[in-house]
Amino acid sequence: MSETSLSGGMTETRTPGVLRRLAGMREMGLLCIILCLCVVMSFASPYFLTWSNFRTIFLSFSVEGIVVIGMTVLLIVGGLDLSVGSVVCLAMVVAGKLFLMGVDPWLASAAGVGAAAAVGAAMGLFVVRIGLSHFIASLAAMVIVRGLCLLITKGTPLSLFSLPPEFKFVGQGSLGGLPVVVVIFVVLAVSFDFLLRRSARFRTIFYTGSNEKAAEYSGIRTKRVIFWVTVLCSTLTGLAGVIFMARFGSATPQFGVGMELNVIAAAVIGGASLKGGQGSIFGAVLGVALLSLVTSSLILLDVSVYMQDMIKGFILLAAVSFDHLMNKRGKRG
Amino acid sequence: MPPLLQLSNIAKSFGPVKALRDVSFELRAGEIHALAGENGAGKSTTMKIVDGILQPDRGEIRIDGEPRRIRSPLEAQALGIGFVHQEIALCPDVSVAENIFMSATAMQRGLMNFAALERKAKTVLAELCDIDPAIKVGDLSISNQQLVEIAKALTLDARILILDEPTSALTESETEKLFRIVHRLRQRGLGIIHISHRMAEIFEHCDRVTVFRDGEYVTRLNIPETTPEEVVNNMVGREISHLYPDKATQPPGRPLLEVENVTCSHLKGVSLTLREGEILGIGGLMGAGRSELAKAICGLRHSSKTLRLMGEPVSIPDFSAALDHGMVYVSEDRKVEGLFLDLPISQNISSLRLSQVTKRGLVNRAAETKQAEQLGRRLRLKAGKPEDPPSTLSGGNQQKVALARMLSVNPRVVFLDEPTRGVDVGAKSEIHAILRELCDQGVGVVVISSELPELIGLSDRIVVLHEGKMSGELNAAEMTEEAIIHLASGLHSQGDAA
Repeated sequence: MSETSLSGGMTETRTPGVLRRLAGMREMGLLCIILCLCVVMSFASPYFLTWSNFRTIFLSFSVEGIVVIGMTVLLIVGGLDLSVGSVVCLAMVVAGKLFLMGVDPWLASAAGVGAAAAVGAAMGLFVVRIGLSHFIASLAAMVIVRGLCLLITKGTPLSLFSLPPEFKFVGQGSLGGLPVVVVIFVVLAVSFDFLLRRSARFRTIFYTGSNEKAAEYSGIRTKRVIFWVTVLCSTLTGLAGVIFMARFGSATPQFGVGMELNVIAAAVIGGASLKGGQGSIFGAVLGVALLSLVTSSLILLDVSVYMQDMIKGFILLAAVSFDHLMNKRGKRG
Repeated sequence: MPPLLQLSNIAKSFGPVKALRDVSFELRAGEIHALAGENGAGKSTTMKIVDGILQPDRGEIRIDGEPRRIRSPLEAQALGIGFVHQEIALCPDVSVAENIFMSATAMQRGLMNFAALERKAKTVLAELCDIDPAIKVGDLSISNQQLVEIAKALTLDARILILDEPTSALTESETEKLFRIVHRLRQRGLGIIHISHRMAEIFEHCDRVTVFRDGEYVTRLNIPETTPEEVVNNMVGREISHLYPDKATQPPGRPLLEVENVTCSHLKGVSLTLREGEILGIGGLMGAGRSELAKAICGLRHSSKTLRLMGEPVSIPDFSAALDHGMVYVSEDRKVEGLFLDLPISQNISSLRLSQVTKRGLVNRAAETKQAEQLGRRLRLKAGKPEDPPSTLSGGNQQKVALARMLSVNPRVVFLDEPTRGVDVGAKSEIHAILRELCDQGVGVVVISSELPELIGLSDRIVVLHEGKMSGELNAAEMTEEAIIHLASGLHSQGDAA
């Protein structure tokens, strides 16, 4: 039924619509790969199918996952942020430093997130007003912000053991068996996935990323859209930073080095395009989950640590190449 | 009652180029008003001003008699102005339905209702064509994308609808459907501006026509009281204020390049022969396939073709092969396709055949500079030292650098696409003289130009393209602007060459 409607003109399809769209979604392919990997791993390691293993995997990608959410939205609008690793660290260090100076930890965290948002606003202004590319603006921010972190901490980690337990609960506690960080991540992911799919405001992000001129001619203030998405990405990154602080009870000036590559890889594996206009939070979450799952599987299988990065790189290459091939075939058909 | 839209004395410059000098226009409710003029007459620029995409330097826009400033497409929409763009302006990654209602979404708060959007889109599209509103625009053919673009403008609830060459990508039956809708909209009292080169279309469907020439208003005519000839005369009516080099004194020699049956996505079997000692002009409207033809012959565009160079069959799969056979294409777009604007002039010139200035794998800077100086002298390139980048030069001198590049390979056949676009009058004459010199030295010269006086002044023979086919050929005695426009707009084609 669905096959006939696909081949025989696209005009009168009703019933197979939902199914067809589900099957056509890139996320389904990723989900299948993840499930297959789980099945294989459950045979390979008796430890794999345990609650504590899954808990560990979820914990490992949840906070970084918040950054992936922001990055995905930014990639959809056609941007890119190389500064996320430094900005995570900035939020952490600013909040930690203020706390050590006697500020209430919640207020200090808000300041940390605020500092991150300010970095986003600065990058956004350079992009929108001066016309720099996101690549350049965020590359500069990456280096400047890292330097700022080192300056604030004088190069040594801040020890924050004195954080009050109710604050540490955010990073270390559990709600009904689920770690709080996982709950926060899931709530954010579900909200942003929903907003990007359904909210009219957020749809303009897709339009701007897909064809900025067309969006502008349709009356969308594309510069504003780009600016605010840049700020959003940095803000979510800052949020991840203070959660990391609550989780680890410390703030190190070297934290997050190299994080941007992992985050971008996850979003791209999840279907985001560096050219803009494409991507979804659900896909990006699956992307970050897949990378985490692979890492933990490799650890369980006792594969050399040095191999892990290589394998991740190959996964990225395979996912994106597969996409390109599928796209080409679609165009020809 | 004041006219729906009135433009008076609009002027607009882009840097030193005066796109619009003095343009006036008037649109009544309930009419289809054609806007005619040659390429570059200022039609699209004027309409972009009406849509708020560009801001005029001078002049006044009145809507319903009230002076208005339109600062953005958003404000234009609010005033009831809908625009179907010539270049398709759609988002390829989102669905047809979302593209059609993008302007509504831009204003909307809250959630999207995709089902309702697709239903509404289907109703709008039903009047035009059979496109599934759920599929992505990027997966549609160009003509279907054009239809989506039109559907998009129809939903705006516009009072003024601007159609910028909407039919150039459409088939005949689609065009017919479009005009059926346009007539219905007129009856509803909309004012419709129709930009078109096709005289037949203008005379069949429009009520009045305004003619622009060189960024100026020329005349406004009532369709029933005029003829296509009068419109064309008004489009052209320009004195040739510029002296062209003498034409070939001797009859053209043996065939230099014979091209048969060039076929690709924009061309439907074009054949032509270039003889020794002649400058061959290629005329036609934008989108007729002139550049595509030159690019296809030089291997810059995938196509099927048969070529004979001095009687010998040659195969030109890519531009590198073309260079090996001494064939060079000089692009109409210097900035994007022609020059490395930020590299030194000398490197620009040597880049087509680096082996000439290379010794044992290393580039010899001195030889490179010498080559630049030699070619620069030959082309009377006065400004700029060999180490300066072309970005610091005027349009005319940049074009001379492009010509020096072309000469660096000792070409046998050269294709020049709009060789004097954005070039001042003085440099223009010089470039024309250089081309004639080359031709006298036995180099085959093919010139593509939208500027009719140039085409006529320079060429010994002109072939005219219309929609990817050759619509006619004119010898020196037959060349007039009227004849070219007739052939280019497909009014009647003389002895179908295909």
